[in-house]
Amino acid sequence: MPKLSRLYIKLGLAYFVGAMLLGIAMYAQPLFNLPRWIATLHPVYLHWITIGWLTQLIFGVAYWMFPKYSKEQPRGNEQVGWIVLIALNTGLILRTIGEPLSALMPDKGYGWLLVLASLLLLIAGWGFVFNTWSRVKEH
Amino acid sequence: MPKLSVYFIRAALLHLGIGFTLGALLLANKGIPFAGWIWRLLGLHIEFLIFGWMVQLAMGVAFFALPRHTDYSRRYGDVRLGWLSFILLNSGVWLTALARWFGTNDFAFGGRIILLLAAAAFAILIKPRVKAFGVHQ
Repeated sequence: MPKLSRLYIKLGLAYFVGAMLLGIAMYAQPLFNLPRWIATLHPVYLHWITIGWLTQLIFGVAYWMFPKYSKEQPRGNEQVGWIVLIALNTGLILRTIGEPLSALMPDKGYGWLLVLASLLLLIAGWGFVFNTWSRVKEH
Repeated sequence: MPKLSVYFIRAALLHLGIGFTLGALLLANKGIPFAGWIWRLLGLHIEFLIFGWMVQLAMGVAFFALPRHTDYSRRYGDVRLGWLSFILLNSGVWLTALARWFGTNDFAFGGRIILLLAAAAFAILIKPRVKAFGVHQ
């Protein structure tokens, strides 16, 4: 399995476990009177499951197993693969930090973190489409 | 990869790109609000990424990766059912998504019925290919 796929899948597993912990924390927050910012993490929780885990697992397996692009570049443009990995994970982390900050302190100007996260996630999504499209072909 | 899988997976990739674009608009608008109507995109964002991307990708990969029939001429089963399923799935996704945009529950209900038919057609096509090693059909 290529290094990039291993990283996608291992990071995906980390988000999977992390999302389950977040799920517990959100239910525990009112029960045990935990800090209020935990309650703002519901969108983060959903996106750790759907993007951090499921989509990232798909990206890793597709990068590894989809038909080869060419003999010289079997997995398409590897640099794009790295850009997607970095943009996706940086975008998700920025979102994780930005959601509670901008929800609890809306007048402090933390909204730009979410704008930056949105741009990075956009780059990741279309980067994967761009790099995978030509590998999806009839044999 | 068979032609039907190419269509399923490329359609899934397009839905991924569109779904991420809508998601980026929603997230940016949450950070620095610039248009109130952006929130109406939430239903489309969810529809495109759950059914258009993940469900459709799984169908495309299952169609080429699951064990094939021994009769070479119909190794993938009745492919017409697969094409029907592809058309129904994408029609259902778009009908539901547009219905959520316009807030018309009747059409969203219709979209869900179409998705059910897509799932049924796909299940009928694929079920015989889910078999143990050494079983010939």
